[in-house]
Amino acid sequence: MSTESGAVLAAPAGAVPVAVVGNPNTGKSTLFNALTGARQQVGNYPGVTVERKTGLCRTPGREFLLVDLPGTYSLAASSQDEQVVVDVLSGRLPGEPRPQAVLCVVDATNLRRNLFLVSQVAEAGLPLVIALTMADEAGKRGIRIDAARLSARLGVPVIPCAVPRGQGVAELREALVQVAGRPNAFPPVPWPPAVAEAVREVAAADPGLTPAEAHRHLFDLEPAREPAPAVAAVLGKARQRILDGGLNPVSAEAYLRYRHLDALLEGSVSPADPVRAARPYAVDRFLTHRFWGLLAFCTIMFGVFASIYWVADPIMKGIEWLQGKFQVWAGEGLTSRPMLQALVVDGLINGVGSVVIFLPQILILFFFVALLEDTGYMARAAFLMDKVFSWTGLNGKSFVPMLSSFACAVPAILATRTIEDPKARLSTILVSPLMSCSARLPVYSLMVGAFIAPRFGALWAGAAFFAMHLLGLVVAIPIAFFINRFLLKLRTLPFILEMPPYRLPTLRGVAMKMFSNGKEFVVRAGTVIFAFSILVWALTYFPHPESVGRETEAVARARGLGAKDVERAVGSAYLEQSLMGRFGKSVQPVFAPAGFDWKITVAALAAFPAREMLVATLGIVYATEGEADSSDLRDRLGQERWPDGRPIFTPVVAVALMVFFAFCLQCGSTVAVMAREAGWKWAAFAFAYMTGLAWLGAVAVYQGGSLIWGKGA
Amino acid sequence: MSLKDLAIDRAGSIVEVAGAGAVAQRLLAMGFLPGTSVRVVQVAPFGDPITVEVDGWRVSLRLSEAASLKVRPA
Repeated sequence: MSTESGAVLAAPAGAVPVAVVGNPNTGKSTLFNALTGARQQVGNYPGVTVERKTGLCRTPGREFLLVDLPGTYSLAASSQDEQVVVDVLSGRLPGEPRPQAVLCVVDATNLRRNLFLVSQVAEAGLPLVIALTMADEAGKRGIRIDAARLSARLGVPVIPCAVPRGQGVAELREALVQVAGRPNAFPPVPWPPAVAEAVREVAAADPGLTPAEAHRHLFDLEPAREPAPAVAAVLGKARQRILDGGLNPVSAEAYLRYRHLDALLEGSVSPADPVRAARPYAVDRFLTHRFWGLLAFCTIMFGVFASIYWVADPIMKGIEWLQGKFQVWAGEGLTSRPMLQALVVDGLINGVGSVVIFLPQILILFFFVALLEDTGYMARAAFLMDKVFSWTGLNGKSFVPMLSSFACAVPAILATRTIEDPKARLSTILVSPLMSCSARLPVYSLMVGAFIAPRFGALWAGAAFFAMHLLGLVVAIPIAFFINRFLLKLRTLPFILEMPPYRLPTLRGVAMKMFSNGKEFVVRAGTVIFAFSILVWALTYFPHPESVGRETEAVARARGLGAKDVERAVGSAYLEQSLMGRFGKSVQPVFAPAGFDWKITVAALAAFPAREMLVATLGIVYATEGEADSSDLRDRLGQERWPDGRPIFTPVVAVALMVFFAFCLQCGSTVAVMAREAGWKWAAFAFAYMTGLAWLGAVAVYQGGSLIWGKGA
Repeated sequence: MSLKDLAIDRAGSIVEVAGAGAVAQRLLAMGFLPGTSVRVVQVAPFGDPITVEVDGWRVSLRLSEAASLKVRPA
């Protein structure tokens, strides 16, 4: 992810970089989409989980590269998100050129608070344009803004927009062309002498600082990143100067800046009509009610989950069917060249299929995420669920990704982008794959169907299914707590979340969010998933001496097996002597404490790239059908014996294997997406801790079970 | 008393933002300045967090953050 920025920026030579800043919920993304259309690139800033979105904005004479910065209320950098905004504006981010202008997105319904950030940004000196969004909404609340007068008072162009209707977009492009190269004339805050002197002192400590940065160092008492020693050395004295001037260093900036803004706004804005202003929040009486609110929440979340779980299913089946058709068709065309046939059928087509298969769930989930975000409900969901998550250090925003993870961790990890705090986002990414996804289901259904249901009945079988789904959740919450507390050293996140007014989402906005996420998944994670698929194919295919096939076939025929069984025997023999098979046999002692023989070990290892492979691999290993509901496979598992005659598969081993699957990160796609979103280091960490947990869990079940019921139980 | 102690639908006026850290400064930057009036509009089902109305917009806070906002009830 760190290599992205250079490549992206190199493309449009001569495009003038323009930073887009603004408070959250100002319609910044909608405006960004309107200005750039589909010409967007999404990535991460190097080393942090902060999303970096750029897009090209064309005007007749000039081309601008818009950089959409994270929404923030202030430049006081107490989080990674805000630090990125400050760094980009000062040109301090490696590989990111300093913007040559700033487009400030300002919500007309909330002018005063929005201008706080603008006045901070103006200190960077860059040319500046204000886009006044939600102008129509402000009108409905009885707020009247004299844009021409405001523009004259603020010394920068103020362009009223109603973006969904395309109003003001052309004017904004024009304003960007006009301000280019001209430092903004936003009236600076008339700092009292003591403060001005303190700013000068800080600036003098490091001549490389921009004026905006000097202000930040002086005012921000708890920055995300410590200032350089030379600057830190003068801060105490400079702040003392503010104190001596009769002001509190904690509140001096906010107090003076707001006083300045109130003077600037005088006569340009009329206040809202309180009754009309309360209307867009009216539904909250119901949606955040302690009974009806929770009921509505459960209903909405169930709807989201049901859609990604069940609506996606037939589409995924269709993709699998199509993939099967392609495989048969390609296989028949390549019978004369067996290795190429295997590569194309089991490697290439399978690889493409394993990328495409995720698209239905991703598109459906992002349809709902866009809907929840754009209506304003996502903030309510976080509000309702906050208490459940707050003790772990997370907040309610982790709920939607975690829930989605019960269907599939891949779209869930992408959905963590709705969590602003990078550390909270990272820990949500790290625990999401613990939720029992739909791909684990065939494994449970094989084990429960073969070893629990026949012996203990349907009630226990149902309980086992339920318990397996609960297990991940029960473990994930404390793990999130430990990751936050000890690994990320996350201070309990302050929960200060704006409840935006309820708004009607636009079809265009929802569609863009769906398709940009789908496209990005295919382009960025898809390539890695595809590569994984080819690698695993190679590990289970090579070496592939023809003699193995010939000899196995001869033996199988001599035993009088049918054509299908002969083919299965050959497949099993090849797998046993493949790199994967040999590796499985050599590491079997590691899994022995969990009660796994070498066959289970090979199947479990072969399932690391994709857990749904387990059942198919068990089919190959035991030379039977590879379906979870196959009685052939179930019978075969029941017949397996250790050399001393004890059965290999007992209910205890079955549970141990299920627990292993519940915890283990056996999904190359998830690892690839994690690496894309959080970096390879964290993907490796997640893989390691989950594998460790899986092994411990399986061993605990087997050893505990053997102790209670004996080895043959 | 602090914003935390304000009952639902009750309004008050900010007297002081206590504390000297990032949270206090963020609240100040959002406009929780002394003299500003605030009103509690919602309490979450589990009693925490709460949503307050300030300067025509709404923000939800945990009780632990609300405790740092000293208010005079209106």
